[in-house]
Amino acid sequence: MRGLSFDVAHLLAGGLVFVSFMQLYQDRLSALLNTFALHAMVLTLSVAWQAYVQDAPHLYVTALIALVFKAIVIPVALHRIIVRLGIHRQIDKVVGVGVTMLLGMGLVALSMVVMLRVTADADPLAREDLAFALAVVLLGLLMMVTRRNAVSQVVGFMSIENGLVLAATGAKGMPLVVEISIAFSILIAFIVIGIFLFRIRERFDTVDIQALDRFRGEQS
Amino acid sequence: MAVILDLAVQGTQMLVVLLLAPLLTGLVRKVKARLLRRRGPPLIQPYRDLLRLMRKEVVLADNASWLFRVIPYVVFAATWVAAALVPTFGSGLLFSWSADLIAIIALLGSARFFLALAGLDVGTSFGGIGSSREVMIASLAEPAMLMAVFTLALIAGSTQLTTVAAFMASNEVGLRVSLGLALFALIMVALAENARIPVDNPATHLELTMVHEAMVLEYSGRHLALIDLSSELKLLLYISLIGCVFLPWGMAPTGAGVLALTIGFIGYLAKLAVGAFLLAVFETAIAKMRVFRVPEFLGAALMLGLLATLFLFVSRSL
Repeated sequence: MRGLSFDVAHLLAGGLVFVSFMQLYQDRLSALLNTFALHAMVLTLSVAWQAYVQDAPHLYVTALIALVFKAIVIPVALHRIIVRLGIHRQIDKVVGVGVTMLLGMGLVALSMVVMLRVTADADPLAREDLAFALAVVLLGLLMMVTRRNAVSQVVGFMSIENGLVLAATGAKGMPLVVEISIAFSILIAFIVIGIFLFRIRERFDTVDIQALDRFRGEQS
Repeated sequence: MAVILDLAVQGTQMLVVLLLAPLLTGLVRKVKARLLRRRGPPLIQPYRDLLRLMRKEVVLADNASWLFRVIPYVVFAATWVAAALVPTFGSGLLFSWSADLIAIIALLGSARFFLALAGLDVGTSFGGIGSSREVMIASLAEPAMLMAVFTLALIAGSTQLTTVAAFMASNEVGLRVSLGLALFALIMVALAENARIPVDNPATHLELTMVHEAMVLEYSGRHLALIDLSSELKLLLYISLIGCVFLPWGMAPTGAGVLALTIGFIGYLAKLAVGAFLLAVFETAIAKMRVFRVPEFLGAALMLGLLATLFLFVSRSL
């Protein structure tokens, strides 16, 4: 069990959690998008390694989807959107980086404690993947909570989906139909969000989510 | 016989670190200058500076206490001992039983404490600013360093550098993400501790954001020479530490012969040269941070250390 296959899987899944932290650290939008592309690249490698280890060819398709859509198409499109919105140099921060990092560490510890307890009798590779996948999902949620800019929230949402894919591949993969439909629904969600970004900007002259709160009459 | 050999290796090591430290700084400055298309000072310029400073008279402030005069020697001694403990070309040192990572951190920490006192001693505002910033950076860098060290100690089963290096050179290490994270954390801490560019600028003391240079602004003559030499030693120490822990290949094992020691020495020189080159490239490529961003930088180092420990916990408990 302590073989090379486990070590590489551990390296890649740990790298995914690490890149999630890099996303939390970045406060410039274009740097954030580059980090998101890196996130998807690491996910691709991780899934491809799982496909190789588990000898499951359909996981290669998952890896390919992650590579094409999440590492290339979506980051490039988001780059073009933020350039068109003129916010590519903007700094986006609500809570300080230090506090966010500490919260993130707490979430990672929590997900490890929970997942390692719950999956006591599963395959070690799957256990570890599940623990890291839960960490990535929680970090994505944390990112959506701590950011104000709609584009960063989209990135947080997409990285949650990356975490889900990691969990699914660890657990012997999900059916290909489900996989493809999720990929397309993410793409459609992305298109819808992209249209919404422009609508929000048109109405409020900003993509700051707090403008929506003010519009609803809530105290921010 | 074995004791004599160990003593000889230890003595050589103490001399080698002392003699190489200014050369290392000279090399970093030279590479940086060449990258900026300047000619730069010759490699031996730091030696010349030290000799010249040694010969100059000491100018003391009227209200400087005895502490101010003693501190350069204390700082230099602590740093030299710490640098002599890190295995560089061979691990068969006489004092290798005391070459503990935590002891080295404590030695460097006490050196820094005394230097901060010296900055406050004369009572000028510049020294005070330097000391307060240095202490702020140190209070963030030390926990990060300790986290990285704990990760290493958990993997290798010891905080003793010889054991850690022997373990890292063996084949049981495997591919571990925790080690990579600890390496990153250690590099970030090393940059902060040596007052290198994203945190502090070592090249000037004409800047309002300076930290280390502001603290030692009041020193002159042989005192300044000793302080400069100890900061050069510290840079050498961190590069050797990273080399010893993460790239221990080529280092002569305990009780090795002269041939193995020579090979280890050549390997050590190569490691230092590569470290200096990478440092110069990194410093040229990056801009200095605002002082208020330093906590974020070092917080990230601390986070890397914590993350490394957590990952280790996961891979252990499976």
